[in-house]
Amino acid sequence: MYTTNASRGLPRHRSHHLSERYTRWALRCVIAALVIAFLWLVMAFHLNGQWMFALLFLVLGGSLAVVFTKRTLMSHRYIFPAVAGLGVFVIFPLLYTIGISFSNYSSSNLLSEERVRGQLLSQTYPQAGDAFNLALYQEEELIRLYLESSQGQRFVSSPLNLTNQETRQIGIQSVDAPPVQDPLGMRAIIQARDSLQGLRLLTPEGTELRMAGLRQFAPMVNRYEARDDGSLYDRREDRVLIPDQTTGFFVADNGEQITPGWPVNVGFTNYTKIFTDPDIRGPFMQIFVWTFVFAALTVVLTLAVGFVLASLLQWNQLKGKAIYRTLLILPYAVPAFISILIFKGMFNQHFGEVNMILDTLFGIRPEWFTDPWLARSMLLIVNTWLGYPYMLLLCMGLIQAIPQDLYEASAVDGGGPLTNLFKITLPLIIKPLTPLLIAAFAFNFNNFVLIALLTGGNPDILGASTPAGTTDLLVSYTYRIAFQDAGQNFGLAAAIATLIFLLVAGMSLLNLRLSKVKV
Amino acid sequence: MAMVQPRSIGARRLGAHLALIGFVSLIVFPLLLVISISFREGNFASGSLIPERLSLEHWSLALGIPWERPDGSIVQPPFPVLLWLWNSIKVAVVSSVLILMLATTSAYAFARMRFKGKEPLLKGMLIFQMFPAVLSLVALYALFDRLGQFVGWLGINTHGALIVASLGAVALHIWTIKGYFESIDGSLEEAAMVDGASTWQAFRYILLPLSIPILMVVFILAFVMSIMEYPMASVLLVDEHKLTLAVGAQQYLADHNQRWGNFAAAAVLSGLPITVAFLICQRWIIGGLTAGGVKG
Repeated sequence: MYTTNASRGLPRHRSHHLSERYTRWALRCVIAALVIAFLWLVMAFHLNGQWMFALLFLVLGGSLAVVFTKRTLMSHRYIFPAVAGLGVFVIFPLLYTIGISFSNYSSSNLLSEERVRGQLLSQTYPQAGDAFNLALYQEEELIRLYLESSQGQRFVSSPLNLTNQETRQIGIQSVDAPPVQDPLGMRAIIQARDSLQGLRLLTPEGTELRMAGLRQFAPMVNRYEARDDGSLYDRREDRVLIPDQTTGFFVADNGEQITPGWPVNVGFTNYTKIFTDPDIRGPFMQIFVWTFVFAALTVVLTLAVGFVLASLLQWNQLKGKAIYRTLLILPYAVPAFISILIFKGMFNQHFGEVNMILDTLFGIRPEWFTDPWLARSMLLIVNTWLGYPYMLLLCMGLIQAIPQDLYEASAVDGGGPLTNLFKITLPLIIKPLTPLLIAAFAFNFNNFVLIALLTGGNPDILGASTPAGTTDLLVSYTYRIAFQDAGQNFGLAAAIATLIFLLVAGMSLLNLRLSKVKV
Repeated sequence: MAMVQPRSIGARRLGAHLALIGFVSLIVFPLLLVISISFREGNFASGSLIPERLSLEHWSLALGIPWERPDGSIVQPPFPVLLWLWNSIKVAVVSSVLILMLATTSAYAFARMRFKGKEPLLKGMLIFQMFPAVLSLVALYALFDRLGQFVGWLGINTHGALIVASLGAVALHIWTIKGYFESIDGSLEEAAMVDGASTWQAFRYILLPLSIPILMVVFILAFVMSIMEYPMASVLLVDEHKLTLAVGAQQYLADHNQRWGNFAAAAVLSGLPITVAFLICQRWIIGGLTAGGVKG
């Protein structure tokens, strides 16, 4: 094989062509700008305390600078962009996912500890003891607020428009006596309640008053006070909250956890949960088995249909092969997301065409989306429709390579079509087909789009503590744990994803060995 | 060819034709049905495959034109299908061009140069290509969420994020192009280099013009894969006017309100160009697909 090594390591002199010199300088400037941009990102992430991302961009910027300045790495310049893309968008997410699987990162443990502390410290509550009684006074179109405390403090606001419900801060002034006219009744207060709740009244001393009851405004005080040892004092409940680094929450003496928490390292907790917690283990094992069955059956069914069709189409006595071929690969040509949705409509229980036909022929209307076994069969039917053209194309290519003499010899010996199919064609193509079948298995093992668009994993498994469905594959199960419903449990999802990574890695290594890839 | 012919050859031929015709009609039925439904009136109408009364209601709505019913009521288009299609095409074109550029240059290096780490890199690419992006969605979401704080056009709910994320899928295309490069004889490039061309010039002016066919194939493959990309887009895109077709189309068949007729028209409108393009290019695409092993 021919390989180049022409301009590697040789001293490059100034080009005689002006345009070439400018292009070189322009390229150098682009590289420098990119490196500076990456370093800026590194700083930004570092200052934000996100060291994982800072490290990612440090490696990226650093390797970019090295590869494009060292002349001995000339060849690597060609592959750098693609390898960088692979690194940032495939390998880094993979490592990051494995990292998350050892943490309790979830919707309740989302922010960093500092942010959680800041959020708690900004929480306020109304101090009921110093409450002010509220009265409203009509002033032409507008309404004036009058507040009076039990200690005799009196305040009055400027006339306000109480149809405006926005949150706003209003200054109030001290007065010696209530306004002279009669106050408005309870009904007016109830009517203006939403608007009153949005008011933040600022007294001349700087205390903020908020609505604390229907007829009361009270000063707001900070609920938590930071102590030097890192704990928080809860003024309202009169207790001390201690940050617990093993669970990622502030906890009180009685063990109560204050939300929100922050993500902490929990070791193998997520993994042990998968295998020991009965509410998770049950659905997990069920989904695990179904994923294998689904992928295996899909491969077998698509291969069977594709193989038979390919053998038929290879028969040289048959006319019109080109038309059959084009029509038969149509399912492959239509975008999958459209054909899956077409089937979703066709299998609809009430007005889908499948049930209409079954109803007129046999008088039955199967519940495709609510019965687990029917839903599973539907998935297999649809996936066979989607997947057989690929197998058909593979088999056609391989069958073409089989020498015709074999069939000739078989015909002389009186072999029929079935003998030919199982004694000649199948044994000859199964070996080169195996790695491709493994790839197809791995693809269907992770066939997220089909499940997400057709059943969404439904019908649900009863008694599961995570969102789990009887038609869920492992991938769609992880997706639902991570992105659906309120309790987004990224840690658990990442742990299951890591297990799938291991399975897929095993499959692709096996594949690599079987296909004997030549590099 | 002197083939030994069994006596019943005519009957067998007839049987094969009947079986094939039966199977083909079963396969094509859903597609014809959708075309038929797109011309029926209303969203729940049933009827024969050839509709008795043609109605352009669904097509008009799919094209974004409000439709006036015979009773005078005006129906507004439920979803911006054309905008979704445009978003899909925009993302697909940009990401395919980028993927093509990255894949071609590195395929050249892998096909023609000797350097450290070539073999493990190539094998590693084959392995990592099998890891579906769905599994690292949490990490990708976190990555773009954080990036968006500093670089606006790369945040969540931007097309930039979706385009950049698709760059992870170059491995398959590198292998395809590399195979083609290796089938081209290197003597032309060698001759150019003897005459003083640099490595880059030999690649740019000699090899690239010879490889236009495979570049077309890879472009179309990347384009089709990007159009059909679902999981990443479903997580990264939020606003209705930002969605791509693959994510948006499922809203027609939401559990509570199935707009079967409207969906049919939108599906034909957006699916037909892709299908036709695929069938025209099938000769070249299929070679690439079956060599690579997986369809996205």
